[in-house]
Amino acid sequence: MITQPAVGGYALQLGDDALIMAQRLGEWVSYAPELEEDVALGNIALDLLGQARALLTYAGETEGRGRTEDDLAYLRDEREFTNLQIAELPRGDFAEEIARLLVFSAYQFELYQRLRGSRDEMLAAVAAKAVKEVAYHRDHATLWTLRLGDGTEESHRRMQAGLARVWPYLDEMFRTDPLAEALAGDGLAVDAPQLRPAWTEYVAAVLREAKLAWPGTPAVPGGGRQGLHTEHMGHLLAEMQYLARCHPGARW
Amino acid sequence: MKSGLAGIRAAVGQVPDPEIPVLTIADLGILRDVRLGADGGVQVTITPTYSGCPAMDTIAEDIVKTCARHGWPDVTVRRELSPAWTTDWMTDEGQRKLREFGIAPPARRGEAAGPVPVQLSVRCPRCGSPDTRELSRFGSTACKALYACTSCLEPFDYFKAL
Repeated sequence: MITQPAVGGYALQLGDDALIMAQRLGEWVSYAPELEEDVALGNIALDLLGQARALLTYAGETEGRGRTEDDLAYLRDEREFTNLQIAELPRGDFAEEIARLLVFSAYQFELYQRLRGSRDEMLAAVAAKAVKEVAYHRDHATLWTLRLGDGTEESHRRMQAGLARVWPYLDEMFRTDPLAEALAGDGLAVDAPQLRPAWTEYVAAVLREAKLAWPGTPAVPGGGRQGLHTEHMGHLLAEMQYLARCHPGARW
Repeated sequence: MKSGLAGIRAAVGQVPDPEIPVLTIADLGILRDVRLGADGGVQVTITPTYSGCPAMDTIAEDIVKTCARHGWPDVTVRRELSPAWTTDWMTDEGQRKLREFGIAPPARRGEAAGPVPVQLSVRCPRCGSPDTRELSRFGSTACKALYACTSCLEPFDYFKAL
């Protein structure tokens, strides 16, 4: 039987993906190769943060323990986060970030597009809103992939290296998660493996046009959905949660 | 003096957008509903432009203050995500005000638009020239892109079609 907390657990997974990715993208502000890109990555981070807020709020409500979006973002420990590991990888060079954004936004696009039809009204509403934003993110990453891949020898080399860096985290993205699979059977969630063909078709077309090769780097074990994270996650959380934990209830 | 429902509707509709103060929340189409609840309080429904729009909190506060000024201290502001906001909900009046303010208004998307709307030409809000170029797809706020006019050389914001 599908319970409300199960739906909340699924909302938490998607919310954690968006939250952790937003945190990483936010790190680019003042570090991007040009001012316009500071603004672009900052804006994408803001969209993702907005999605995370809606999803975490919903996760807290369905859980029924009175936890707010802030409680979930700031007061959980590493093992309680259910995001995909690709979101937590540390900031590399710009090409690596574009590779991650391409892979991640193409994944979110396929996911949200299907989740719009969820029988859960809240998940459907968040997805219908988010898919329009994610379409812009994917488009932005695509344009940069083309520019770098089909640019100079150096930009091509870096873009190819960026793809190789994020490729090991793809398998985890499309792996069956027992919670999502059970909910998908009831038309509430989307089972990740079914996203892979459409995702592959899109990304393969971009790489072809950008004259980039499909990377062959082997997959890592993953496990983010079960709370298993890379060594980078603890550092990310320390920075993200520091203020809220040192000054409980602080407000602007 | 306490306003009637029509009065409070009009007053709430006049709350300005904090990022683009020439536009009201009614112009933007983000004010979805104003009604009286069973408990006699005012219930206002708004919808965000973008999921992460930081103006939503300020707008909600301004709605509460506006209602209080009109004699309605008991207000609930509800945020609704569905149906998702689209720039097509911006009124013609809103489009005109934006242009006068120096921001190119969004193209009408209609029903048949794809996931990322492609616009043939964005007209310069200053000189009206269609000869403009995109500098960045992301601008000073989530809802805008940065353009420059090739005729009068002025940079300007374009309110992205969503």
